[in-house]
Amino acid sequence: MTQAFRIENSGLINRDKKLSFKFNGKTYFGYEGDTLASALLANGVHLVGRSFKYHRPRGFFGAGVDEPYAVVQLYRNGETEPNIKATEQELFEGLEAKSVNCWPSVNFDIGAINNFLKIFLPAGFYYKTFMWPKSFWYRIYEPFIRKAAGLGVASTKHDKERYEHKYEYCDLLIAGSGPSGLAGAYAAAKNGAKVILAEDKPRFGGSLLTSDVNIGNQSGKDWAEGIVAELKTMPNVVVKNRSQIFGYYDHNMLVMSEKVSDHLPVTKKYHPNKRLWYIRAKEVLISSGSIERPIVFGNNDTPGVMLSSAAKEYLKVYGVLVGRKPLVFTNNDSGYETAIEFKKHGVDPVLLDSRKNPESEIIDEAKNLGINIKNSYVVVAAQGYKKVKSADIASISEDKKQLGKIENIQCDCICVSGFWTPTIHLASQSGNKTKFKEEIDAFVPGQSKQNEITLGAASGEFSLEETLKTSFTAGSELSKKITENDNKIAIPNVVEKKSSQHDKFWCVPLPKGKNYKRFLDFQNDVAVSDVEIALREGYRSIEHVKRYTTLGMATDQGKTSNLNGLQLVSEIENKVVPAVGHTTFRPPYTPVSIGAIVGREVGKHSKPTRNSPMHSWHEKNNAVFVDAGVWLRPRYYKRGNENLFEGSKREAKNVRTNVGVCDVTTLGKIDIKGPDAAELLNRVYTNAWLKLPVGKARYGVMLREDGIVMDDGTTTRISENHYHMTTTTAQAANVLSHLEYYLQLVWPELNVNVVSTTEQWAGAAIAGPKSRDLLQKLFPNSDVSNEGLPFMGYMEGDLFGTKARIFRISFSGELAYEVNVESNFGNFMWEKIMEVGEEFNIQPYGTEALSTLRIEMGHVAGSELDGRTIPFDNALEGLVSKKKDFIGKRSLQRSAFIAEDRQRIVGVVPLDKQTSIPEGSHLVKDDKAPLPNPKLGHISASCWSVEYDNPFSLAILKDGKNMIGQKLFAMSPLKNKVIPVEIVSSHYVDPKGERVRS
Amino acid sequence: MLYINCPHCGMRSQNEFSYGGDASVKRPELNKEVSDQEWDNFVYNRKSLRGKHLELWQHISGCRQWIKVERDTATHEIFRTFKADEEVA
Ligand SMILES: [Zn+2]
Repeated sequence: MTQAFRIENSGLINRDKKLSFKFNGKTYFGYEGDTLASALLANGVHLVGRSFKYHRPRGFFGAGVDEPYAVVQLYRNGETEPNIKATEQELFEGLEAKSVNCWPSVNFDIGAINNFLKIFLPAGFYYKTFMWPKSFWYRIYEPFIRKAAGLGVASTKHDKERYEHKYEYCDLLIAGSGPSGLAGAYAAAKNGAKVILAEDKPRFGGSLLTSDVNIGNQSGKDWAEGIVAELKTMPNVVVKNRSQIFGYYDHNMLVMSEKVSDHLPVTKKYHPNKRLWYIRAKEVLISSGSIERPIVFGNNDTPGVMLSSAAKEYLKVYGVLVGRKPLVFTNNDSGYETAIEFKKHGVDPVLLDSRKNPESEIIDEAKNLGINIKNSYVVVAAQGYKKVKSADIASISEDKKQLGKIENIQCDCICVSGFWTPTIHLASQSGNKTKFKEEIDAFVPGQSKQNEITLGAASGEFSLEETLKTSFTAGSELSKKITENDNKIAIPNVVEKKSSQHDKFWCVPLPKGKNYKRFLDFQNDVAVSDVEIALREGYRSIEHVKRYTTLGMATDQGKTSNLNGLQLVSEIENKVVPAVGHTTFRPPYTPVSIGAIVGREVGKHSKPTRNSPMHSWHEKNNAVFVDAGVWLRPRYYKRGNENLFEGSKREAKNVRTNVGVCDVTTLGKIDIKGPDAAELLNRVYTNAWLKLPVGKARYGVMLREDGIVMDDGTTTRISENHYHMTTTTAQAANVLSHLEYYLQLVWPELNVNVVSTTEQWAGAAIAGPKSRDLLQKLFPNSDVSNEGLPFMGYMEGDLFGTKARIFRISFSGELAYEVNVESNFGNFMWEKIMEVGEEFNIQPYGTEALSTLRIEMGHVAGSELDGRTIPFDNALEGLVSKKKDFIGKRSLQRSAFIAEDRQRIVGVVPLDKQTSIPEGSHLVKDDKAPLPNPKLGHISASCWSVEYDNPFSLAILKDGKNMIGQKLFAMSPLKNKVIPVEIVSSHYVDPKGERVRS
Repeated sequence: MLYINCPHCGMRSQNEFSYGGDASVKRPELNKEVSDQEWDNFVYNRKSLRGKHLELWQHISGCRQWIKVERDTATHEIFRTFKADEEVA
């Protein structure tokens, strides 16, 4: 197919490089430098989709970020991405795209029946239509909405592309490379400031690419090219195209999405698809320009109706005619510029101007070219279904209320200009209180809140000469403050045509007897009538009107619809626009890929994984790993076809009968030094610490100030003023912060230092009746007898030439030791233990066996210390000192904490001694009681007791102290289980604790 | 993301810090009789101010020092920052 609408001698595309692409399965050709939109238009394709609610045909409305219609599903290199604007997607060889919102095809769409049968979905249809009957919601309404709604389909595959985050700092960040952005950047760069210049389009220059102006005796476009080329050579300047600054956050941090690879068929090796920049800027210059706004008229959503600036851009940047019989409809001089461009390229436009008798240099030029101009004329309605075929036009009275006789004229596109709306999103996001500027009928930035300044069209300044002057000055002044350089820049001569005042006219009245849809929001299908309904139904706040009608809520965020919506509300309400106010601008300015937001933090990288020094040994020995906080720990070591249950049972049993070794490196470790270390421990733990001798360990429990248990662990006195604290794996970081809080803020008089040593020590727990025999062989020169190293004793030893710390502590309830060596020697230690332990039938055991061992001993862990229990609940009240004060002690006097029937840890055994009780099950008195069945307690941890060979669980049970021997039911609706159980002591095995002391 | 001037390290982004609540709260002295009301006020009752607020932050990914930050809770403006032991006038 030929590019029938491509013209010679115009455009910035590379005609030497022809590209083929597919749209809705059909192959077309375009050129390098095209967007998907310009390439389709070059081929005469105007129908690209269907509208959201009524499935009316949709074409192209804009040429860039403001596009409400041409949203497509993109296919690239085996991936698919929804919500892509055809006006922003650059063409590449082999690009494929499809229409969205239509079924079975864009040309024949069943949903369009909505439109013809007039079962229109009016304002608030979400709230009204699908309310009743309730049972219809899941079966009928929701599936219907799901099928009908949506702007494409997200891929369910793993995204192969890589996304990066980058943090950057600069003196001056400039959003937009139009005339004000370039001038500001240039002046600041010349003063030596660190500048980042961001342009969302592939080409720099903004409006200079399409306007007919002269700067310093060059065309605007050539001047822009020269400035950009010079900026690129400067080491203090970063110049980025395809980069959209989409959010302005607190303390002058802005976020920019850089499309690194979207314009290429395949992402280059080592390149990301997108890069998200977090930029902390000292000053921000917002030069985001302005967006042309439409005039509202009947059927103004017909394909072929588009912004006049877009038509001009397609012509000047892409060499594409959007029509051969254009009708231009304007209320200001911009429409004339578009008409002039058509005329210069051999196309005769008709121009309708709502103004009666405007005069300016631009209008004079149009007249001199012989353009057919009709004053006080408007488009009443576009005619044609899938494409504009003609227009009903009429003269209009001076008060804009009365239409003259309707005439029909042939045309194939309608280029509309309702004047310009400054892009104030970033300024507004920064907290700038915007103000309404009467002369341009639009909001502009007001008082700056953060270090931001808005210049050029974004500030409502449409004169190029004025824009360059203020922007060069601003660039100089802002950078001078930072660099203290003051290199004056000569402001170049500007030649531009003067324009006349625009007409405060935005909506064509309906002719008598006609009920044309007149759309405000093209992407969400919000018509004038919808806003009228909302106001009739009592909605007043513009924020409410927005949500009720969905005006401005689509992915284009109402870039072309906001102001006309406000005009309508202000007219009906008889208020001025500033009194109506605008809705809040929130980031992102344009849709941002979820992939870019997530960056590298996907899959394994979503959180760091810590491996112990013995990790590779575990891997080699068939460990099955489990996430434990930030660590990866062996859950069990699989032998043959063993499953978790069989493997962990074997391992636990071996600990009870022989000896096992467990990697406990992950336990939090805090080194505590200083003359007041004992005093700190005494205040932090509930039990007494002042008399702990050197070479002894003690178990301690620490509370939060509200009396809830925060953590437990053992702390060992290594020497006079030196302690080694252990915490649970999960709480390690919190406990360190907790100690630092008290030392720095509450008791700064204590002379103590704390530092995390979790990663510095590798730890191995050696547990089981044969552990002492093994230990003696590991440390032949140390006296590890019951007298030499009693329970809770500590000593240093020599492990085959490596210095080791030996603690006689036990979590498993068996005779047990913990050996620590410096991390680098962890694997050496582990291998020695395995080697020497062979004769004692040593086996490594994982976290599952560890759990089993501690549960049947009634030792508490994270599942009991769950942020809801006090020492009594965990049968730890014996560790609560009555004599001294400590963190959280006062809270233990709360009435609920001293209640007679206070919850307490118990053991739970199923009556059949067979059925394992799911963790989280509720304990109830009567399994047949009506719901909600009063809950007496919950199962906190379950295991298969290797000692008794039956299931055993721990529970936190109301009045647990007096419940021993009671029969209850454990109910798990989740697992659909009701299990009769007996309450027993939580110390199921070795209740007197003799083994650890043996 | 806030930009916080750590009195020990300089300007750092918020993601290096963790929040620690109202800095004006004073823990009752150890071993002192404290009424239920006083203790409740210390443990639970906070004002949730709109406006200028003196609060604690810990520079956990930096110097690990607890610092005091005078911040407007509505605008996020940070006026001053202090070391843990600095008196706030
Ligand atoms: Zn710091």
